[in-house]
Amino acid sequence: MTSVRDWAEPNPVTENRGGVIGKGVDRYEGALKVTGTAPYAYDTVAPSPPAIGVLVTATIPRGRVTSVDTAAAEAAPGVQLVWTHLNVPAQAPRGTRANPRSQRASNPALGSDRVEYYGQSVAFVVADTFENARAAAELVKVAYAAEPAVVDFMASFDQATLPPDEEDVHIGDFHGAFAAAPVTIDETYFSPIQNHVQMEPCATIAWWEGDKVTVHTSIQMVKGGQHALAETLAIPSSDVHLLTRYIGGGFGGKGQPYDDLILSALAARALKRPVKVAYTRQQMFHGTIHRPAVDMRVRLGAEPNGRLTAFAVEATTHCARAATFTEHAANFSRNLYAAPNRLTGHRLVRMDLPHAGPMRAPGEAPGMLSLECAMDELAEKLGLDPIELRIRNEPDIDPETGKPFSIRQLVRCMTEGAQRFGWERRNPVPGQVRDGRWMVGMGMAAAIRGNFLLPAKAGVRIDAGGIITLRQGMTDIGTGTYTILAQITAETLGVPLGHVRVEIGDSDFPPAPGSGGQFGAATAGSAAFEAGMNLRRALTELAVGDPNSPLYGGPAEYVTFENGVIAIENRSETLAALVGRAAPDGIYVEGSISPAADARDYSQHTYGAHFAEVGVNQVTGEVRLRKMFGVFAAGRILNAKTAKSQITGGMIWGVGTALTEVNAVDPRFGSFVNQDMAEYLAPVHADIVDLDAMFLDEADDKANPMGIKGVGELGIAGAGAAIANAIYNATGVRLRDYPMTPDKVLAGLMAKGL
Amino acid sequence: MRTTITVNGTARTLDVDPRTTLLDALREHLGLTGSKKGCDHGQCGACTVLVNGVRINSCLSILAMHDGDQVTTIEGLGQPGALHPVQQAFLERDALQCGYCTPGQICSTVGMLQEAADGWASKETADLSAPTALTDAEIRERMSGNICRCSAYPQILAAIRDLAGEVA
Repeated sequence: MTSVRDWAEPNPVTENRGGVIGKGVDRYEGALKVTGTAPYAYDTVAPSPPAIGVLVTATIPRGRVTSVDTAAAEAAPGVQLVWTHLNVPAQAPRGTRANPRSQRASNPALGSDRVEYYGQSVAFVVADTFENARAAAELVKVAYAAEPAVVDFMASFDQATLPPDEEDVHIGDFHGAFAAAPVTIDETYFSPIQNHVQMEPCATIAWWEGDKVTVHTSIQMVKGGQHALAETLAIPSSDVHLLTRYIGGGFGGKGQPYDDLILSALAARALKRPVKVAYTRQQMFHGTIHRPAVDMRVRLGAEPNGRLTAFAVEATTHCARAATFTEHAANFSRNLYAAPNRLTGHRLVRMDLPHAGPMRAPGEAPGMLSLECAMDELAEKLGLDPIELRIRNEPDIDPETGKPFSIRQLVRCMTEGAQRFGWERRNPVPGQVRDGRWMVGMGMAAAIRGNFLLPAKAGVRIDAGGIITLRQGMTDIGTGTYTILAQITAETLGVPLGHVRVEIGDSDFPPAPGSGGQFGAATAGSAAFEAGMNLRRALTELAVGDPNSPLYGGPAEYVTFENGVIAIENRSETLAALVGRAAPDGIYVEGSISPAADARDYSQHTYGAHFAEVGVNQVTGEVRLRKMFGVFAAGRILNAKTAKSQITGGMIWGVGTALTEVNAVDPRFGSFVNQDMAEYLAPVHADIVDLDAMFLDEADDKANPMGIKGVGELGIAGAGAAIANAIYNATGVRLRDYPMTPDKVLAGLMAKGL
Repeated sequence: MRTTITVNGTARTLDVDPRTTLLDALREHLGLTGSKKGCDHGQCGACTVLVNGVRINSCLSILAMHDGDQVTTIEGLGQPGALHPVQQAFLERDALQCGYCTPGQICSTVGMLQEAADGWASKETADLSAPTALTDAEIRERMSGNICRCSAYPQILAAIRDLAGEVA
């Protein structure tokens, strides 16, 4: 079993002699993306022209389909099939796992007459063209018997229960310490339902050759999608070839398969021709997952010097009635600040809304919106700078587990950020700074997000021309996976980047867990690194064992790889010469990574600090970002350019979280009132002004052999709280209900007589 | 219904369902899948193409309205190995992540730069009689019809800044 001690040994990536690691090289697939020639799932050219499928979705939150009239749709021009629960081909019952090793169970589409949420698929129409399919779908008449539905979260707290297999975590005596604390905060914060709104709606194109189905789909997890389709269709997973080469955004919302995958495969089999299906934007809002609303009560007790004595974060959230997802909004707080007496936990309400699920930084993203404001409130009560308060509660060891931190640079993130942002310009007394009608203020917040390593494999091949191809069942959802895999492979094998090809997103390739939980780079990258190291060993053996190689008979331990040349001191040849002569069919090896047995002896996270300056319009209550800066510590950075894009993208999600993003529930239908991109307000270009970020130098040798960590989710953690705190500093109005839209801000200003 | 359009310099005659949008005509009938469908409601900008040099949301436009029009799509701007300057700037500045909004952003940029050169005003334009100065605020305002959920906005601004030059 691997130990983190093994990972601390120098290796080609940490030595970085070629200088490829860390360099801000252009995105590997960038030229394809800027020319529109990267084929996303729905763009894929099938062996013959596809038929087009369109979903028909439920208009009630809970009940039963009593009848479906498909006659008009079936008679409509170009229609090839109309399916409902009455005539959809047989699928394995929901939850079936015929192969116990399947990563996902059966999830049939149109599986019964039950309606469990608004927007659930209830019928499916396939026609020769999109126009005909869409028109025919409008002709399907569905009648329902509606049943009482729970769709009002705030009115349903009496139904909240502990999530499955979960208890509150008590350390010390929170209640006693809180009662005795000289300075306390007891406030409740609310983060609403939010939506991923990936630019690319879910889509699949499927075709069959004999018993085998090929699907090009938009999914973050290759194996999960392959297994789900195989289980649902009750076929061996070896008969499912799933490809997902380019993905138009995921953010957690495409971590699971949806009905486009199942129904396109079923229809392609029935019609004996390719079928493609895409969700409409409106269907995306209901038919895929969302981030659930979270109500968070934070209680802090402190000494007058700011040291926390009592600390409680309790989150109440919701998920679909038949599901088990919990937004763990309190988890992050278990590792952030020292306090001897602690209480953290979650409550879950089962509701008849569309499914809740993971969205960028699940847990941290809504959770930090509470505590990071509460700390701001406490700092003001204590007359302390918010950074100083956090420094005074900086733990030496993990405050919950007592484990040492692998590395923790939170304080440096805050102090470095304060200096670069100009935190000293902040007037600690709120409501003092004006710029015409704009009230101006600054806020900050800390960021923490866990770091994870999962088991993964990768394959790497060198051909007779010296070109190295990395293959992995991994995905790139815009994160930069292609690029960092190319960089890791190039540096590990000492070849120029131009000699490396990367092929991912294919279920035939060695499996990696996919993109999610900001574990992608570390997990897939470490497997690629191990595969590269195995290829180094194979090439070394080849060279020293080949009488025709200048390296013949040389000591293997002195072999170097640099700039495409394998050498022992001044005896050298190019990799192309070596492989072309001694292994003209090329060499293919695989490598794998697993978590080290002792990695769990460390508390391991990524950290950051956000600084924001906002203007609040005193007349309209509108909040405008004026400046935002973040400093982050997330291990060794593989690509300065793509990592920064990831982290600033996350910060901008924080801006949306704080100011605009909310899915309002229509209590009549259990639907979202706003279900398109004009009314779900993701940030647009004009919303983002003067926003930048930097990374601290760091290598976390407890993380993996390269000392890298994830950056995809850290940027959103805490970002919205920095803006909320800036709004308070600007106005003296403390809002605890996200997003902080003009109506709420204006009401606060008016209540203060402003 | 027969419609003739010139796409990326080549005249194409299509005989398709009159309900076909320009976007679906390009994607489904001409194989030009670079233009993307993000919302099909003209809200996201991923389908932006240039019609007679002017940027439009091709999902909101019926093909039959464009008989005789000149359409430029992302494929018509440049190809890998021979990138258009806007494509090159987006690549160098990492003004993209998932890439799905990118063709629309780039077509929109090309159209926007021409609009500014032609003196079209925006909400940010203070002096309607003076030549348009492409300040950062102008660029942000004029590019706000193209949503990037990955939120590459700072890099998109930097890429356009490279092309528009430094403006006070």
